[in-house]
Amino acid sequence: MKLAKASIAFAVVAAIVLLAAIAVVWLNRDDDAQHAADAAAPRPSDSELVARGEYLVRAGSCYGCHTVPGGAPYAGGRAIETPFGIVSAPNLTPDATGLAAWSSDDFWRALHNGRSRDGRLLYPAFPYPNYTRLMRADADAMFAYLRSLAPVVQQNRPHALAFPFDQPVALAVWRALFFRPARFEADSARSPQWNRGAYLVETLGHCNACHSRRNVFGATAGPLDLAGGLIPIQNWYAPSLRDDAEAGVGDWPDGEIVALLKSGVSARGSVQGPMAEVVARSTQFLNDDDLGAMATYLRSLPDGADAPRRATGDNDGGAVRSEAGAKLYTTHCAACHGDRGEGVAGAYPALAGNRAVAITPPANLVHIVVRGGFAPTTPGNPRPFGMPPFATVLSDEQVAQVLSHLRASWGHNAPQVSTLEVKRYRGAR
Amino acid sequence: MRGLPDSRMATDRGARARGRRGKLARCVLVVGSIVAAGAAPAATAFEDTIAQRVLACTGCHGKEGRAAPDGYYPRIAGKPAGYLFNQLRNFRDERRHYELMNGLLELLDDTYLHEIADHFASLDLPYPPPLAPAGSAALREAGEALVRRGDPARGLPACNDCHGAQMTGLAPFVPGLLGLPRDYLNAQLGAWRSGQRRAQPPDCMAQVAQRLSLEDIGAVSAWLAAQPVPARATAPAAPTTPLPLACGGVAAAAGAASGTSR
Repeated sequence: MKLAKASIAFAVVAAIVLLAAIAVVWLNRDDDAQHAADAAAPRPSDSELVARGEYLVRAGSCYGCHTVPGGAPYAGGRAIETPFGIVSAPNLTPDATGLAAWSSDDFWRALHNGRSRDGRLLYPAFPYPNYTRLMRADADAMFAYLRSLAPVVQQNRPHALAFPFDQPVALAVWRALFFRPARFEADSARSPQWNRGAYLVETLGHCNACHSRRNVFGATAGPLDLAGGLIPIQNWYAPSLRDDAEAGVGDWPDGEIVALLKSGVSARGSVQGPMAEVVARSTQFLNDDDLGAMATYLRSLPDGADAPRRATGDNDGGAVRSEAGAKLYTTHCAACHGDRGEGVAGAYPALAGNRAVAITPPANLVHIVVRGGFAPTTPGNPRPFGMPPFATVLSDEQVAQVLSHLRASWGHNAPQVSTLEVKRYRGAR
Repeated sequence: MRGLPDSRMATDRGARARGRRGKLARCVLVVGSIVAAGAAPAATAFEDTIAQRVLACTGCHGKEGRAAPDGYYPRIAGKPAGYLFNQLRNFRDERRHYELMNGLLELLDDTYLHEIADHFASLDLPYPPPLAPAGSAALREAGEALVRRGDPARGLPACNDCHGAQMTGLAPFVPGLLGLPRDYLNAQLGAWRSGQRRAQPPDCMAQVAQRLSLEDIGAVSAWLAAQPVPARATAPAAPTTPLPLACGGVAAAAGAASGTSR
């Protein structure tokens, strides 16, 4: 009797496991529907195709991960740190160690289905949850451009993921839960310009890869989220693009948004940290029509102030002005940013009225004070001003004091910054 | 990683909310008029110069170099422009490793790095007197011998062969060796010997450093750090005779002067 019960239980468990396995396999199947280029469209010449592909590869920010500093462009080798371990970006040049053996169908399969030429599942550090919505013609152009590069011999390095994330089964389950091949569906109620912007932001630009929260499995809520999130490992906070108290641009003129993406600076602010890299490697190369389309789309995002999400730091206290913080500000900051936080237009950002000062979590403030930085050089800003690093000048406690001072001055009323928070953020790379 | 690669953050001085637009516009106007009227104290009067734009450099390096808790920030004023440009590129492209430098330079193009290098090369500041000699006299003698004569048996050229008879460097690519603290010289030679510091290939200085023993490095550093800097310490133009070793920094920099690729 007991034995029979155990047998039944075993059979039930086995059936569940089997069904789950079938479901995982089923949910990982490729979307093999033909996405042939429109037959009526004239075929671009090879040089046109390559030029368009280069433009799209830049719009897709491929350079940032697939190039090591000082190395050959797109030859891979960069180690992408994730909470699950290190993913090594592969060589995209047409060498035997790169994509020499690949066809445009293989390339499409990687972008659209997240599967390598040999059928292996790809890790979503490669943003195929976004690229899956690419149009086939765009993928073909990108592939034509990569084929046109000089082959670079650079062997791909294996990933170094922690158990169990290094197991193919784990990746298959992740995909079953969080990924489906998809196509970009234009919204016929919106203008072509809006749809172009949506395509660039959601698909090629993969903006949500940073500008949204990730769950414990590292998955975002989808390309439409854009409500801000702390970038894992780097610990920069990618502010919400839907909240006008963060980086929302609902009340910006299109021209300022375009200027920021094109040159890294605008009358309303400048880019720092990871976004500076995006401008330098990607958006500065986009034409004004596409940047205008992105601006149209970004301005249309519904306002999504998300109060509970902001309460993620250790900051339990409200704004507190401290003598020590005020003194540090006068000694180290006021010469450039002004006694009243007024800054110098075109050179040093004003801190009064600067919404970046009041964002919680204060991760970016910590990085900027500790590491300093230059805006990227672009044609519109060829000689950027630089902020000195204070890593060797200010202790964690002093950074916390001066930031707390900023967040309680000139009308700001943001939670104070604790020494613990400074320690946590500055340790990240 | 830095590499890691990245928005996303925009530091905005814009309105915090739509409803505040009018208020902000008034604030901006007020601030604008303050600046325009020159109401700021003279000490902070703003002038758009290259020196202003590179305060991020002088913050750590100071005018004449500066010791900090995590090491020594060498003097950059008056070093040869080509040498400074090469070092800026080496940090940007991660042939040299110091996180703050790597991060600051990551997104700056060659044209701007040239301007920054030219600016610091053009500064002519007096050098402080050398520190009191360190190490034994015998050690410093051994160091002087290596600096002046090298060791042909080991294929070691004299430092003077490349860095000039007065060790004040050769414009535009070869730096002077005087006016630097012993610890800094030890650290740099050691880094070159171990491969931690690199230059464009062929990396002549790495070849030299790898033929030096740690004792040699200690001796050379002790002697160099004890030498006063001549009154006119600017680097003379390089002679037309070739250097004893092929140096990528010299050749590559000449070729890259017009390039802006990153």
